[in-house]
Amino acid sequence: MKIACLYGRGDVFMGMTITEKILSAHAGGKPVRPGDNIWVDVDVLMTHDVCGPGTIGIFKEQFGKNARVWDKEKVVIIPDHYVFTADPHARRNIDILREFVKEQGLRYFYDVGTANYKGVCHLALAQEGHNRPGEVLFGTDSHTCTSGAFGLFSTGIGNTDAAFILGTGKLWVKVPETMYFEFNGTFPPHIMAKDIILQVIGDIGVDGATYRAMEFSGSAISKLSMEERMTLCNMAIEAGGKNAIIQADETTLQYVKQRTDKPHAIYRSDQDAKYFCKKIYNAGAMESVVAKPHSPDNKALARECEGVKLTRAYIGSCTGGKITDFKAAAQLLKGKKVKIETFIVPATRETEQDLHKEKIDGESLMNIFINAGAQIGEPSCAACLGGPKDTFGRTHDMEVVVSTTNRNFPGRMGSKQSQIYLASPYTAAASALTGHITDPGKFFKEPSHATNH
Amino acid sequence: MQQIIEGLAYVLGNDIDTDQIIPAEHLVYSLSDPEEKKNYGRYSLSGVPPARAGLPKGEQPFIRDGAWQSEYSIIIGGRNFGCGSSREHAPACLQIAGIKVVVAESYARIFYRNSIDGGFFTPLETVGSLINEVCTGDKLVVNIEAGTLADITSGKQYSLKPLGDVLEILKAGNIFEYAKKAGLMPVSK
Repeated sequence: MKIACLYGRGDVFMGMTITEKILSAHAGGKPVRPGDNIWVDVDVLMTHDVCGPGTIGIFKEQFGKNARVWDKEKVVIIPDHYVFTADPHARRNIDILREFVKEQGLRYFYDVGTANYKGVCHLALAQEGHNRPGEVLFGTDSHTCTSGAFGLFSTGIGNTDAAFILGTGKLWVKVPETMYFEFNGTFPPHIMAKDIILQVIGDIGVDGATYRAMEFSGSAISKLSMEERMTLCNMAIEAGGKNAIIQADETTLQYVKQRTDKPHAIYRSDQDAKYFCKKIYNAGAMESVVAKPHSPDNKALARECEGVKLTRAYIGSCTGGKITDFKAAAQLLKGKKVKIETFIVPATRETEQDLHKEKIDGESLMNIFINAGAQIGEPSCAACLGGPKDTFGRTHDMEVVVSTTNRNFPGRMGSKQSQIYLASPYTAAASALTGHITDPGKFFKEPSHATNH
Repeated sequence: MQQIIEGLAYVLGNDIDTDQIIPAEHLVYSLSDPEEKKNYGRYSLSGVPPARAGLPKGEQPFIRDGAWQSEYSIIIGGRNFGCGSSREHAPACLQIAGIKVVVAESYARIFYRNSIDGGFFTPLETVGSLINEVCTGDKLVVNIEAGTLADITSGKQYSLKPLGDVLEILKAGNIFEYAKKAGLMPVSK
């Protein structure tokens, strides 16, 4: 791995990165450079049941009871966090969203309890065609950086900023410096995007990208599917990153065109763009990585943690609950029984339907999981962030969990006493079969193509 | 924007994430309802593992049993304070608990931005780490204009970093007031 610090504040302004170009185009078209504070025009604002009610409250307080949103086609509301709970406050919060959608005549609302329900917002945004290259997307969720996989600028914001956008369609942004991560060659068959991002976070630390963009590139990245690219971008926030970005290509356009016919723009970083630093990785040398409790940068190789006994495996969330993730897990679980309680939570309804449709040797993924002894939950954020006491898969005691989710902070999945090891779906499935952290590499006798979905 | 803030210190470590500041199970309360939002004060910092709650000793609750607010009004944090979620409930709960200022070595950017745009409190940065200097319960005086933090208990004084670009938003009160001044938002509701 090489590190080169290339960006100097005294440099003469030259080329721009993808992130800088998108921000420039949304701030009147003048060139921008890192450190500039600019007002950008917003293409999409996404909110959900946890932060939507607070956002709506501030919007009404600041713009008036009868205020209208700046553009009812550009607001996307996706209840996904606390949707299958008896908690009366959580249920009330979804009612607040319903009332607001009705009052404002919003077009994009994926309400729970209807045929239109989707599930986890970051995957739903992609599947419903809201992620379009070249756009600016804000969301009241830190993992909004996931959408950068589509070559757009996306980042998480709070209720106040979201309320400001609802009223004005604009937001101030400090143009971030960009860190460049290049992966060349071919990843070994048992390596998934989750391993790549845990490796990067382990290398730079949980504040290693604070205030910066993380641009992923290289021949190995361009071979990744959209779902894998989303996993990679999803955890940029775990390094403190403002946004993650991958240049849109044929893979992107193929996915986007199936889901929306709205226009888009592809931006490429200039040859002479300035980067804060460049890190070059050899994809072929990657190994399965875990993040030990209680920090996403507490990196270790899976094979170094084989002594860690587990009580639970959890496969789900925006990070690790997509069909690519389940295909990988099912590949290892097929025809076998799990040794520890194993929770499967598809991110969205589409993913859940795909669990029935996708088959390995004639057996659906759903049946593979059920026959292996796993429990299947409804599509939602579920126990990724703990949540109300009756949340599916939530920890309540001293559980030791291998999880495909994104955070292992103390108490993140519910109980402060539980311990979470973040890992790829392959590692989680391999570990579910053995009852301890297990490097999935040993299950691969011949190359697999599960990550090329 | 209050320039001089006096109060008792509550000291935390590095990488204090938003799940420690306000665990996700509590994110269901209304932030608009004055009564209901008091719950955010009650549960603020309830996710901090007891051994690390109130350094250097630990086991010092930020909110006493049955209380709605904290006796501490100044938080001293280490690196990467507020990392994790974009939940604005995090800076809001600290303000509701009675926090007037947070002084940390560095911040995660969404938390920092939310603190300023929402006008919850002033997030200040120290030149070096103070988490091994200041003790929970020390009497502090923070002078924002002078950029100093005086620990009255220990008699030591420390320098704070200038606020820079965000000072204008802090002075205005929040992003809405700032935008009105800048002509980006109509003044009347």
